[in-house]
Formats: sequence, structure tokens, C-alpha cells
Amino acid sequence: MVEFALPKNSKITGGKTWPKPAGATATREFRVYRWNPDDGKNPSVDTYHVDINDCGPMVLDGLIWIKNHIDPTLTFRRSCREGVCGSCAMNIDGQNTLACTKSMHDVGSGGAVKVNPLPHQPVVKDLVPDLTNFYAQYASIEPWLQTTTPTPQKEWKQSHQDREKLDGLYECILCACCSTSCPSYWWNSDRFLGPAALLQATRWVKDSRDEATGERLDNLEDPFRLYRCHTIMNCAKACPKGLNPSEAIAELKLKMVERQV
Amino acid sequence: MSGPSLRTPLARVRSLGSSHSGTKDFWRQRLTAVAMALLIVPVIVIVLMLLGRNQAGAKQILAQLPIAIILLLFIIASAWHMKIGMQIVIEDYIHGEKTKLALVMANNFFCIAVALASIYAILKLSSGV
Repeated sequence: MVEFALPKNSKITGGKTWPKPAGATATREFRVYRWNPDDGKNPSVDTYHVDINDCGPMVLDGLIWIKNHIDPTLTFRRSCREGVCGSCAMNIDGQNTLACTKSMHDVGSGGAVKVNPLPHQPVVKDLVPDLTNFYAQYASIEPWLQTTTPTPQKEWKQSHQDREKLDGLYECILCACCSTSCPSYWWNSDRFLGPAALLQATRWVKDSRDEATGERLDNLEDPFRLYRCHTIMNCAKACPKGLNPSEAIAELKLKMVERQV
Repeated sequence: MSGPSLRTPLARVRSLGSSHSGTKDFWRQRLTAVAMALLIVPVIVIVLMLLGRNQAGAKQILAQLPIAIILLLFIIASAWHMKIGMQIVIEDYIHGEKTKLALVMANNFFCIAVALASIYAILKLSSGV
């Protein structure tokens, strides 16, 4: 049966409120999910106050400020800090997004900035989710050019029109914001590939240079792998790159119908 | 589920492979939805015509072939749609393999029974037997 409540050891209990930074004239409250696999305790939500005059404008800047000035044990992933790598995907104020491109000023109308790890994934520590299954699902769609024709001496050619068909698909950075916002993915992530992997699958199905379109569709045609998508569209709302995985999945379903009906 | 699996993540995702099915149900769900959308207005009109009539009066209306056919088509489309829709809900929310199989089976039996009972009633009334 689907789990509508958190398991006993995942329930959030208590949390520490850290003192406000001395001498700060303007602060912003951060409530951050904490869980340490080594102490055997349940997760908690710690409260921090960030000196916004000493800190950049983004939520990621706030988290880095906390790590540097208040609590060096706070754990999160980050790398490019400009929305290209997808490392700092987390749930901010109830919405999955990238901490590096989300401004503190756009969060919770001046109230606390609530930061949690991506929903419904195992947590490694604090804000770091275990995305092993997500990456394996990406690998399962075989995201590389597949051809039988001998490789040409120069490049595989593609018309401008065919290249344009990949717009809205190739920009995906695999941050997992979409998949972890999808209720179908929450309930069935062991079998449903999720919006990110399916958007990537569409990217290869639509690539004019690829010669394995049929095999790709064969691999996806399954009540769970593909058809668990019920067009809920949380994915499109969550995507920090403004992509629409729901539309990409609809294109896959259309292709499935096209080759049968 | 006992202990952590030692299979690789990719092996777990690939699992038993693709079933190469699902498109038929997806298509039939849309087909029956469109059919019901087209049939619902005449069905409402027929139901309004039947309101307040006794069995003899109902028989008189249902004895007309187009009316009986519209009702039969509506029953077939809606029972089929109901069967697919409920199966999707079961697959979404029920994860125990045995419970799931039992419920899918019960859903099939229920929908077939509802469809056959309705078809029998319409035929009986329309043929005046």
C-alpha cells in the first residue's frame, strides 16, 4: 500500500534554534531540515538567522553563509551556483527548485525560508538525497546516439529543422526537481521511470540521427515505465529550467499510439 | 523485502523488462471517453423521457431500436472505461503483488457483471420479453 505518512524514524522532531549573529542589523530566518545517519536520532528542523547584509541574494548563498559562519556540519550539494549543474536541487518553501537560482526575496513573503531535501527520496545526510535509482533510470533509457549505419568520416548530419525538434529537451540538467515532485513517482519510483528520464527518452526518440527509435519505444512501452504518468504536471511546474516533461511524455504516448492504431 | 538488495541499481530498474503493453488500454480509455462524451447527451434525454413512466411506458420507449442501441453503447463504453480507470487506481496505490492481482481480478469481475446485468435489462425491456 502507498505510504501516506512518514515512517516512524523519518518523523521530524524538535530542532535547534541557533543564536542570531552578533552585530547583524538585518537577518533572514532559515528553517533547515537536518538528519545525521550517525547519531541514530530522528530528523529535525534547525532554525538559523542569516545576516543578509553579509550574504548574496540566493537561497544557496544563505546556506553557504550558514555553513561558513554558524554550523559547518550543515550538508548540501552545490557546484556551479548558476543553474547549470543541478546539484543544489532541494525543496524550498514547498517547491522543488535550485537553491542557486531561487532568490531569498521570492520566498515566503519575508517569512522563514524553509529548506528540505527533495521529497520521497532516501536521505544521505541533511539536504543530500540518494539519487542512485534516479540515475539508474536515466542509464536505462540508454542516453546516447545509437546507429547501425557505419559512422561517417565526419559528423552525423542533421538539418536545422530536425535540430530544432530537440529544443525544450536537451536543456535538462537532471536535477531531479521534476521526478521528485511527481506523485506517481513517489508511489511507484521502483517501476515508473519518472518525468526526467522520460523527457530524456523523448530527446533520443526525436533525434533524427538516431537509428534505434523503435527499440527505444519498445523499451518504454509498459504500464509502469511510461503509463504511470497521469499528466499531473507537477513536473512542468517544478522544472527550474522552464521545461515541460509532461508534454514530452505526451509525445511519447502519441508515438506509441501512432505505431499501433 | 528482506535486507538491502545486492543487485545493481540498473538491474533493479530494468527488472523484468518492458511488458510491451499499456498502449491498448491507453487508447481504449480515450476511445471510450470520446464515445461517452458523444453519447451522454442522448442518454440524458432518454433518461428524462423515462422519468415518471411505469414499466409498460419504459418498454414502449426502449423498444425503439436507436434508443436501445444508444443505451447499449453507453453501457459498454462506460463499463469498459470504469474497468480501465479502476485498474489504474489499483496499480497506482496497491503495491502488494497478491493483493493487487486479487483486486484487479475483482475489478474485472465487477465491471463485467455490471455491464452484463445492464445489457440484459436493456435487452429485456426493449424486446418486451
